[in-house]
Amino acid sequence: MKDEVQTREDRVAGLKGLGCSRKRVEDARFTQGKGNYVDDIKLPGMLHGDFVRSPYAHARVVSINAEAALALDGVVAVITAKDLEPLGLHWMPTLAGDKQMVLADGKVLFQGQEVAFVVAKDRYVAADAVELVEVEYEELPVLTDPFEALKSDVVLREDLLGDGDTLPDGAHGPRNHPNHIFTWEVGDKDATEQVLSEADVVAEEMVYYHRTHPCPLETCGSVASMDKVNGKLTLYGTFQAPHAIRTVVSLISGIEEHNIRVISPDIGGGFGNKVGAYAGYVCSVVASIVTGVPVKWVEDRMENLMTTAFARDYWMKGKISATKDGKITGLWCHTTADHGGFDACADPTKFPAGFMNICTGSYDIPTAFLSVDGVYTNKAPGGVAYRCSFRVTEAAYFIERMIEVLAIELNMDAAELRRINFIRKDQFPYQSALGWEYDSGDYHTAWDKALESVGYEALRAEQAQRVEDFKAGKTRKLLGIGLTHFTEIVGAGPVKNCDILGLGMFDSCEIRIHPTGSAIARLGTISQGQGHATTFAQILASEIGLPADSITIEEGDTDTAPYGLGTYGSRSTPVAGAATAMAGRKIRAKAQMIAAYLLEVHDNDVEFDVDRFVVKGAPERFKTMKEIAFAAYNQAIPGIEPGLEAVSYYDPPNMTYPFGAYICVMEIDVDTGEHEIRQFYALDDCGTRINPMIIEGQVHGGLTEALAIAMGQEIAYDELGNVKTGTLMDFFLPTAWETPNYTTDHTETPSPHHPIGAKGVGESPNVGGVPAFSNAVHDAFRAFGLRQSHMPHDHWRIWKTANDLGLHG
Amino acid sequence: MIPAAFDYYRPNDVKGVIALLNEHGDDARVMAGGHSLIPMMKLRMAEVPHLIDLQDVVALKGIAIGGGRITLGALVTQHELIDHDGLAQTAPILRETARQIADPQVRYMGTVGGNVANGDPGNDMPGLMQCLNADFTLVGPDGERTVAARDFYEAAYMTAREDDEILVGVSFDAPKGGQAYEKQKRKIGDYATAAAAVVLTKENGTCTSASIAMTNLSDIPVFSQDASDALIGTSVEDNAIRAAVAAMLKDIDPVEDNRGPVAFKQHAASIILTRAIKSAWDRA
Repeated sequence: MKDEVQTREDRVAGLKGLGCSRKRVEDARFTQGKGNYVDDIKLPGMLHGDFVRSPYAHARVVSINAEAALALDGVVAVITAKDLEPLGLHWMPTLAGDKQMVLADGKVLFQGQEVAFVVAKDRYVAADAVELVEVEYEELPVLTDPFEALKSDVVLREDLLGDGDTLPDGAHGPRNHPNHIFTWEVGDKDATEQVLSEADVVAEEMVYYHRTHPCPLETCGSVASMDKVNGKLTLYGTFQAPHAIRTVVSLISGIEEHNIRVISPDIGGGFGNKVGAYAGYVCSVVASIVTGVPVKWVEDRMENLMTTAFARDYWMKGKISATKDGKITGLWCHTTADHGGFDACADPTKFPAGFMNICTGSYDIPTAFLSVDGVYTNKAPGGVAYRCSFRVTEAAYFIERMIEVLAIELNMDAAELRRINFIRKDQFPYQSALGWEYDSGDYHTAWDKALESVGYEALRAEQAQRVEDFKAGKTRKLLGIGLTHFTEIVGAGPVKNCDILGLGMFDSCEIRIHPTGSAIARLGTISQGQGHATTFAQILASEIGLPADSITIEEGDTDTAPYGLGTYGSRSTPVAGAATAMAGRKIRAKAQMIAAYLLEVHDNDVEFDVDRFVVKGAPERFKTMKEIAFAAYNQAIPGIEPGLEAVSYYDPPNMTYPFGAYICVMEIDVDTGEHEIRQFYALDDCGTRINPMIIEGQVHGGLTEALAIAMGQEIAYDELGNVKTGTLMDFFLPTAWETPNYTTDHTETPSPHHPIGAKGVGESPNVGGVPAFSNAVHDAFRAFGLRQSHMPHDHWRIWKTANDLGLHG
Repeated sequence: MIPAAFDYYRPNDVKGVIALLNEHGDDARVMAGGHSLIPMMKLRMAEVPHLIDLQDVVALKGIAIGGGRITLGALVTQHELIDHDGLAQTAPILRETARQIADPQVRYMGTVGGNVANGDPGNDMPGLMQCLNADFTLVGPDGERTVAARDFYEAAYMTAREDDEILVGVSFDAPKGGQAYEKQKRKIGDYATAAAAVVLTKENGTCTSASIAMTNLSDIPVFSQDASDALIGTSVEDNAIRAAVAAMLKDIDPVEDNRGPVAFKQHAASIILTRAIKSAWDRA
């Protein structure tokens, strides 16, 4: 009866499907302190592990004496590399094809490196015991500069030397120096050099994207529990890719994969920091196997900042050429990539510098060449995608800086320079000079909307007046207008070219419809705050006509969820979201047959309408999905199996290419170096919008991280390799106080190959935000001759820029 | 971030505190709000086998204003300084300073006594107390004595307080004239890149008294007599301010750290002091 008074719009609204700003279902537990994080897990008899870490950045480990520690009441074991060696676990493979010490095997390569693992009855005893382990070191010369490292006689990785003077190939081909990891080249070198040599104008600059850290709210940790009776290992941990972790654990431990259960419970943010495998995971597993009881390891904030995966640290030398009226003709980039002591980058196997070759950005650049040299230094390993697709932030920062530098060289407005070089709407799908096929875009529309929204012409007029006033001594503040048009490449990815450790980068969804018309869907991904339980239910609601509120989304337990490669690189919506839609469509196909049977018509005579199948031409005759679900379990339908379930493994045909136009208006005090963000406008085009409220939240969060990175956040080392920014006093995490207001906006250009046209958005604001903030700083000083300065733009560096330009009189 | 084991004491009077300090000597430390000491213990940079919590020593609490004199018990929190209407009337610079310390959560716990007694060059209250020419009251086994804030600091974390003494309170004359506390910091919760406390009086357009102290620009707070004198008798015009800044620069001794190199800190100190003087003069 109720259906008769419900309009079609009511029924659509009742589903809370695509396009609905549905409230996040996760928030009830998070806002009430009821989340279940790794450190919340307490198992009976559980022991606690803690690391003895190296105070030195480069040293031989002469001896380790654990006698005093072992004598302490409550200490169960002190594990060193010697103990792990018989198990073959003193080293572990990295995601980048290198290997990494689990515990110091004769030497240490970065400050904070794990030297010994103490296992004790509680966390306090473990910390006391760490102090009692005596380690004798012999200091070695420290290399913190990648350019120096490539010239130095100091060999960091003796384990990679061949016999005599030979230098065996690395995982990514030939190496030309003991501290060299790989050279990766893309594009046409000769043609690019030719174009540059013949160009009207060439702008050249070194663009450094400094080392920073994802710094998730919850640090990394694990709880391993080996059940010696049934031979099953359960491993709880902060894993962004639980299935891949299971496979890795199986491969290195020899435990069969079906005997390993990996569970990612609530994990407090990831941002790339929790993609890789850490020594703590391995040591907790080994310690549990040895002791027969569960062992927990959770790092503290300093350990997280100093030792688990960093991000960026790319020195990008660029040359960009153009005609005298501003049409870009070529782009050349050589990157020196500082990977630290081990190459533990989290990139698809065939891409040792990730998708750095998206560095032609939003522009139609006919000829380009990119080469990247990876280098070992005495810094922590990592190189993860900090809220971005693999190295896309570096690429976007590079091209958006080079565009600004070219605009200076051409004495042109940087907005106009972008406009005349954008890939046009009619050029999509667009084949880039460095090998990508951009699926879709409409850059000019987004750009014009952005410029109009901020009143760009008026801002430039105000800026010109400000420069006059400054020169006249009327003000000490400059005005910067930071422009960015970024193109992301996300959703890794097609199995034909994307894998990690040989595992294709598909993803998956498995759906069970319950008899009463509710459902559970399980995915191979794992939310770290993205709101999957909210948005994936919305995708399904629109696909299968059951309310999102009646659909449970579950992730993170490898015993129940289908295999998937996890959540990073904005891949959840492009890949697992697509799998969800495709699995939903399988459900719908079967529901159609059931509906036709119930309505006594041919399959082709019913059609789907919001939440039901109706007889074509007779809309009063229908069966709701709820009725169909019940029928699937209580009717014997000829030729159709009982039940209503589906599973889909989705291998995307291409990446998706979200884009956006960001504009930052910034006031800069040239005396103190302080800044104030007066306005920040962010237009994002992420294709089909699943939940506008969650998109807005993602953009706010990503922009705030971008603000941090651009304006102060860094992992800095002194010349001895000591970390100078190991606490939150010095490592900048913005609070509400430092965070400006953001204005969000959008255009919507659906992906032509994604089942629902969605492209992913979580990482766009970090990718686009950093150049927008940085360009604003640079732009403020453009009138005074600044071409390039290095991030982070904290007070003293801005002051130095002003000082170097002679602005302090 | 796990401290070593320690014994915990919670005496309820000053006598009890002194007795514990006497008994344990160097191995004991008193704790007021704990926001400096506890992190140091967690980092195992401070070894404190015997921790004496002052929270139950009621005698150390309270704000008294009378006869032109202001007395703050050692356990008065930064939050109470901000919240106190009487202080807002008699010494608004206290509120202005306290509001620039850390964040509200820390200010609920952090105390005046802890802030001045710890000797951390980053703390804001020592410089302010030097500007106000405050007296610190110390109690030890031999009774009570008073040390001027301007004589209290010897080096980073080194003060005139003996190991068996505790700082029970600070007192100072209610400041007259214009007052300002200016602080540059990288973010909320940070120590100063440069901070300046200024109190001055104005009569018929002439500065008749001035007091200037700087924070986190040396290993101790810096009261600059010369900078103060440079303003007296002037109309605090640009030349006088420049002279005060030049005098201040001779007295500070900043070191390079993550906040920046020495030249930047000197420049920031100049700007911050200039702003503080102008602000105080406007308010005078």
